[in-house]
Amino acid sequence: MKKAITTLGLALGLTAATSALAADPVKVGFIYVSPTGEAGWTYQHDEGRKNLEAVFGDKVETTFVENVPEGADAERVLTQLAKSGHDLIFTTSFGYMNATLKVAKKFPNVKFEHASGYKRDTNVATYFDRIYEGRYLSGVVAGRMTKTDTIGYIGAFPIPEVIRGINAFTLGAQSVNPDIKVKVIWVNTWFDPSKEREAAETMINQNVDVITFHTDSPAAVQAAEEAGVYAVGYHSDMSAYGPKSHLTAAVHNWNDYYVSRVQAVMDGTWSSTDTWEGIASNMTNIAPINASVPADVIAEVEALKAKIASGEMHPFTGPLTNQAGESVLAEGEVMSDGDLLGMNYYVAGVEGKLE
Amino acid sequence: MDLDLLTNILYLTIRTGTPLLLVALGELVCEKSGVLNLGQEGMMLMGAVVGFIAAFYSGNVYLGFAMAACAGIAMSLVFGFVAVTLNANQVATGLALTIFGTGLSAFIGASFEGKTITALPTLAVGFVETIPLIGRPLFAQDAMVYFSWILFIAIYLFFKQGRGGLKVRAAGENPTVGSNLGLPVLKIRYLSIMFGGAMAGLAGGYLSLAYTPLWTENMTAGRGWIALALVVFASWRVGRIMLGAYLFGFASIMHLVLQGFGLSISSNLLATLPYVATIVVLVFLSKNIERLKQFEPMALGKPWHKTH
Repeated sequence: MKKAITTLGLALGLTAATSALAADPVKVGFIYVSPTGEAGWTYQHDEGRKNLEAVFGDKVETTFVENVPEGADAERVLTQLAKSGHDLIFTTSFGYMNATLKVAKKFPNVKFEHASGYKRDTNVATYFDRIYEGRYLSGVVAGRMTKTDTIGYIGAFPIPEVIRGINAFTLGAQSVNPDIKVKVIWVNTWFDPSKEREAAETMINQNVDVITFHTDSPAAVQAAEEAGVYAVGYHSDMSAYGPKSHLTAAVHNWNDYYVSRVQAVMDGTWSSTDTWEGIASNMTNIAPINASVPADVIAEVEALKAKIASGEMHPFTGPLTNQAGESVLAEGEVMSDGDLLGMNYYVAGVEGKLE
Repeated sequence: MDLDLLTNILYLTIRTGTPLLLVALGELVCEKSGVLNLGQEGMMLMGAVVGFIAAFYSGNVYLGFAMAACAGIAMSLVFGFVAVTLNANQVATGLALTIFGTGLSAFIGASFEGKTITALPTLAVGFVETIPLIGRPLFAQDAMVYFSWILFIAIYLFFKQGRGGLKVRAAGENPTVGSNLGLPVLKIRYLSIMFGGAMAGLAGGYLSLAYTPLWTENMTAGRGWIALALVVFASWRVGRIMLGAYLFGFASIMHLVLQGFGLSISSNLLATLPYVATIVVLVFLSKNIERLKQFEPMALGKPWHKTH
């Protein structure tokens, strides 16, 4: 059935494609790993796609295929998109990496952009955002709002991307209150609303009064709302799930990047690049801060955000120690991108062990 | 561990075990009548999505649960028609039902993805809730938890006493003899399948209406399969189903609780516990074929039609 839906989506896309306009618009394709929905990772990408249509009007034509499993299906869908005359294709899940490279080899004239990957080719660019900057800022908000000095963090899998977020969040919270501890629970799944909720409820009973997560559903926000504690969202603004509890969220924003890349294709200046941008270029942001947060805290976060944007401040600046108390970064030093990308330890203040 | 924590573990164990209890009770009745329906996951997902949509438009979660049960029944009738009327292989039909339900629910629910509703409220019974340890776990749950207990007792009595339970068991132990004695075997099997469908639908509804009040594709995340294991684990005994459901629920939250204490037991390993327990029970039961006969319905999974 999944396949049928995919095929249906593709068929619709193709119909749109055949009704080509006289102006010969740039055709941009997107493949998503999950449904576009109302919030979350794929939703943010689809917002970027809609923004392209709003900005370029009939100079651009977009197609998307949602719910494409990583693996062989992705390759088939990508081939279809490439064959049907798309100029630029965004592949928006890490697991599409090898499929993207394989199909890109067969279609050297089609340009591909793979989100969150690290393999490139002459017609394959990669892009991701420095979401840890948003994590740091949301950590500051959480640090100001916690009363128990205990914050809960639900992690999907212990990989550098998730660990980097946990550490950035912890450092943000500790920057305003050094006593804060961050409890981490691994659920070993990207997506299981019930399990995410169980993890949230478990932590709430272990004295946690702010919860954040690096998984894909808003279940933890709902659990926080019901229990009367705070939550910090992820991927996109999740305040709809917790009007009272949702303090803010670390969010991705692909809109500007997508516009610049489509413009590059129109201008003939597109080349394979490796983009990792954050708050400075508005690729990462935080969701509007809850009205219950005091104005001085909001002002503090806004000022910090400006400092990160200007490069005056980096969330991972020494001195930094890991859980065991060993120094990982000397005073005044800023962590290199290489070290950020390979992060495999907790900073001091995180509770729990990495398996 | 302090008292609050134990209270909370008990509370969560019951909540986590409730959808498992519902779907496993349904499957138990179905298997007692001799029909193995592997379509639990598909029926649960259909219950979850239809229940959610009904509650979303009506604003009434109870109507949502009613529709979830109806969706489960509708799915089970598809299974019943193919597996009982047409005598198709039950295993293949059940698997197909799961795949069908997974896809169909995703299709129906696509535009409801990520929307949210007001969850089924927990019932505050007042002062009894403040009893230490057992107050909150036993007296501050939502209506579906209590409903699952009522159903449990009803099914327990159904098989323990009344003639109805005997008829269902006859259909599952030896349908030919049952039929010769004048029992409407096919009707009994159909009704059992429909009951299983209604339970699976309710269990799915519990996930999308009470536990995490939202719809997302594949949100049951394998709980239908756990329920199938649970029936074997319980060796087809009603009483053990409840024990097993809460034991499985306990195992699934325990690795989260332990992590919160900073204990480093591999959570992956802990997550396998329910399945290990099921295999151990299976090995124990199968060790002695005479023993297995006492528990497993003899005609389980075998197609049967009246002309035999």
